Amino acid sequence: MHHHEPWWIAIIEALIIVNVLLGLFAYLTLIERKVMGRMQLRYGPNRAGPFGLLQPIADLVKLVRKEAFAPSSAIEAPYIIAPIISAFTALAAFSVIPFGPGWTVNGWYINGEVADVSIGLILIFALGGVGIYGFIVGGWASESKFSILGTMRTCAQLVSYEVSLALSVLGVVILGRSLNLPDIIHRQGEFLPFVVPQFVGMLIFFIGGTAETSRAPFDLPEAEQELVAGYHTEYSGMRWGLFQMAEYVNLITLSGLMVTLFFSGWHGPWHLGPIWFVLKLLAVLFVFIWMRTTLPRLRYDQLMRLGWKVLLPVATINAVITALCVVAF
Amino acid sequence: MAQPISTVKGFAVTFKQIFKKPITQQYPEYKRPVYPRFRGRHRLWRHENGLEKCVGCSLCAAACPADCIRVVPAENTPDNRVSAGERYARIYEINMSRCIFCGYCELACPFDAITLGNDYEISEYNRDDQIYTKDMLLAEPIKRVPVADPDLYDTPIPFYKARS
Repeated sequence: MHHHEPWWIAIIEALIIVNVLLGLFAYLTLIERKVMGRMQLRYGPNRAGPFGLLQPIADLVKLVRKEAFAPSSAIEAPYIIAPIISAFTALAAFSVIPFGPGWTVNGWYINGEVADVSIGLILIFALGGVGIYGFIVGGWASESKFSILGTMRTCAQLVSYEVSLALSVLGVVILGRSLNLPDIIHRQGEFLPFVVPQFVGMLIFFIGGTAETSRAPFDLPEAEQELVAGYHTEYSGMRWGLFQMAEYVNLITLSGLMVTLFFSGWHGPWHLGPIWFVLKLLAVLFVFIWMRTTLPRLRYDQLMRLGWKVLLPVATINAVITALCVVAF
Repeated sequence: MAQPISTVKGFAVTFKQIFKKPITQQYPEYKRPVYPRFRGRHRLWRHENGLEKCVGCSLCAAACPADCIRVVPAENTPDNRVSAGERYARIYEINMSRCIFCGYCELACPFDAITLGNDYEISEYNRDDQIYTKDMLLAEPIKRVPVADPDLYDTPIPFYKARS
């Protein structure tokens, strides 16, 4: 049962969602700094505006006004395009995440997501794969040793964990019998949240997703205490800001995907729709921030061992067992 | 992961911290008292009769590792008596943007004419404003910082006790 919304509603919806997403990104940085501060017995930013609420705006003004410095040996066009690729794919991936059941207003149908794609799940992974090109191209076009080393580190990590990340959702796809995210949510509404039968899959997805968005304890690409930075060593100003934005938007998308796949998305008591989605999203984001303050960074060999020798076999076995159970019952 | 239980315990520790009061000292509102011997902005001193203690010997400038003190001496005359000695400092300048606050100048001074005070709020918008002239150094510092109780925090060695 798929309705169609007129194209102009889709455009308005996309504009609203992109802006809400960017606003959420801006305030996620503030929330992260605040929560991390409280966990470390600090206040976090509290100078710009009441409770530091204007801090993201101050950061934006600072980044925009900062000189966009480029190394003289950088390869111009890819150097400038790379952050745009990353930011674009990050924003585009969110378009298939459903935030509501869909509504009919004055006879016009409004989708519960920006784009109702029948292979939404694959589209997200595909866009994530293209987003890695931003990191590769950015590090390579900087013509700097540190950048290229950071790029290699980043890519090795992202490629390793993408395998187990994709395998971990296989169980959900088998149970949901669809790659379409609204269908998976409907199925969870009839059945129960997939976190119950797919708890192992959820854990693998969470760990793999943390590595995929290169957040602590898997933030080796830009281990700020140990290294200058990763692939974006030679970036400054708003170009650096775009990379940072891509990272945070990827995190939001991933959390949204996790809510969709394992915590039945916008479903919940009293039919609150998008409110449930946002609450669950914030809860998942909080766990990401919480983990960042808690766990120390992995060594590189530990990272690789965890990815290939623990997560990948467990994800495979999980998918196989789920398939066997579905066939048997 | 070798120690799953310890990892979970770690999560509990960080979560509990949220409900504790942060220990941050909010600086511009709360100024933590400095120790009595804290070395901050310099001060030039006068005798009780109003004459300057500095005799323009330039020993402080010689001792300064950052080379930030400039002294130009001149002779005292009967109708223009500035200091207690034979000569006085016609120009006495300290470049605060170079000073490292090591305190060698006050150790080198034979007349205790220069000491380091406790003030540390000496940032400016302009580098030229960082050059302190003799008049500025002789005057009372404009900003005052709280100083911890000397009875509790000063050194027991008499020679090194804070003079203020």
